[in-house]
Amino acid sequence: MRMTASTLRSARRNERTGRSPVGQFFLYLGLIALALLTLFPFYWMFVLSSHSQSTIFSAPPPLWFGEFLERNYNALLARLPFLRNIWNSFYIALMATITTMFFASLAGFAFAMYEFRFKRFLFAFVIGSLMIPPLLGIIPYYLIIQFLGWLDTPRAIWVPGMAGAFGIFLMRQYVASSMPRELMDAGRIDGASEFRLYWNIALPIIRPGLATLGMLTFIGQWNNFLGPLVVLSSRENYTIPVALRTLQGQIQTDWGAVLTGTSLAVLPLLIIFVFASRQVIEGLVAGSVKG
Amino acid sequence: MARTTTSPPPIALPKISWSTRFDKLQRRLAPFVFISPFFILFAVFGLFPIVFSMYLSLQEWNPIQGLGTMRYVGLENYTWLMGDPWFWRSITNTLWIAFASGIPQHLVAIPLAFALSRGIQSFRHPLTAAYFLPYITSAVAIALVFQTIFGTQFGILNQTLQYLATAPWSAWLFGGLADSLPVNWLGRAPNIKPAISLLVWWQFFGFNVVLYAAGLATIPKDYYEAAQIDGASGRQSFFHITLPLLRPMIFFAVTFTIIGNLQLFDQPFILTDGTGGTSQAGMTVAMYLYRTGFEWLEMGTAAAISWLLFLLIGTLTVIHFYFFGRSGLETRD
Repeated sequence: MRMTASTLRSARRNERTGRSPVGQFFLYLGLIALALLTLFPFYWMFVLSSHSQSTIFSAPPPLWFGEFLERNYNALLARLPFLRNIWNSFYIALMATITTMFFASLAGFAFAMYEFRFKRFLFAFVIGSLMIPPLLGIIPYYLIIQFLGWLDTPRAIWVPGMAGAFGIFLMRQYVASSMPRELMDAGRIDGASEFRLYWNIALPIIRPGLATLGMLTFIGQWNNFLGPLVVLSSRENYTIPVALRTLQGQIQTDWGAVLTGTSLAVLPLLIIFVFASRQVIEGLVAGSVKG
Repeated sequence: MARTTTSPPPIALPKISWSTRFDKLQRRLAPFVFISPFFILFAVFGLFPIVFSMYLSLQEWNPIQGLGTMRYVGLENYTWLMGDPWFWRSITNTLWIAFASGIPQHLVAIPLAFALSRGIQSFRHPLTAAYFLPYITSAVAIALVFQTIFGTQFGILNQTLQYLATAPWSAWLFGGLADSLPVNWLGRAPNIKPAISLLVWWQFFGFNVVLYAAGLATIPKDYYEAAQIDGASGRQSFFHITLPLLRPMIFFAVTFTIIGNLQLFDQPFILTDGTGGTSQAGMTVAMYLYRTGFEWLEMGTAAAISWLLFLLIGTLTVIHFYFFGRSGLETRD
């Protein structure tokens, strides 16, 4: 069948603006329904955190917010030093974020901007280390932390990950794609040391990428469970996930308190995500796809 | 090296002062210094633990009694595990959950990514973000929420199923369920793995949607337009353009799923209250490893489990590479 150029163009345009409106409607309906299904547990968590134990376990279940939030919150504080736990999580995530941003961007800068011996091998080594399942070293990790006398301290958690391979990789890609190498020579002519080239030239250029890395690191560390579970032993030093875990499996689990705790654990991430979902998603994809 | 020495020609310099020597030295060493933190930390917290866990897996050792009580036992930890029913159960559990949550992740994510990037014009990002959100939230927090969702008497899942099974408009479809309700999701052994898999699926399918959307973005629009001119339907372009060109990404995303799913810990640990559930139906290898090492203090055996798990991950990854690797990788470069 032959088509003239104009019918061809109009057929294309039709296709672009959508197929049949009915098909579009059902497609949107399905996509939105699935999104609601995905979001429902979050909504449900916030709703239940505002109800008493007896309303949580009732039929039909409560679908709107109640007035028990404050009491649940107090119950949570009675069982756990939860403000302290929040602080621990925040402190660990913050330290991990700052150190990772610095060390990973420094190494990424070196891999992107210099030629040096064994560079290809060393970079392959960094990437290769990503393939090692973290569980493989969990037992000796505990022993090393014990040997260093770091058991039950925050640095047991954030120090080992200070210069993560994922961050180095992400930063290398970012520096390589956004910073022209001529800037290095220009800086040198002006008498800058190599570290100054990083600090004064590279850092300002890669700021957006750095922000992405920071958020990803913060999120990952905030959610970290197995590491803290293994090395932290006293309630005052627990991070939020480990603290929440201790509320579980008791004879009378106070679910109102538990869900208030999980809400507080998820809230900061929701806030980050609302403001920077694009950056978070693109960062994670860039970091994993370009490998 | 050439690039680092393009500063002004040396003719003008009267003599090589200390400061120029220092300058040259710092220029040569800089990249090595800049990348050294990773290698130092990796040596201490990455490489050494791996080597040491190999050594440890040949020992019998309870850490409470100090390093001196370590006793060389050869391969005894491994042979013991080979005859240990709990170990094998944890392996089958892990594989069960890995497949039951992993395969549907991709079966849902690929068409979904296709619908998002080719089927609709607006709300692309909000929808993607909604699917992706579970991926970045604390697995522990989410598993605790799912514990209430899965509740037997008053959990919202059972209440919804109950409603669907009895309401006049849906009874024809769900009525068959009425006899088996309420489902004891986390208490009865056969239900634990499906419950864990559902949670894992829910938490990770969005990540795959995002991966596939990124893969789809690299397929030139012209291909689809050309297919339309030839009269191809949406379904035909999905099967004959999207799927073949998406293969490298599928290969890649499945590799991710294999490695991640075989190390599943947080979700089964929380959903089963840290016990593994009725007759260990929800105990994954990672959980068994944790309990062996840190609850029963058998560090040597735990190290052996970690190596066997590594072997399992390695084997499955190699099989995956062997069967799908060539088609997956050749179009990547």
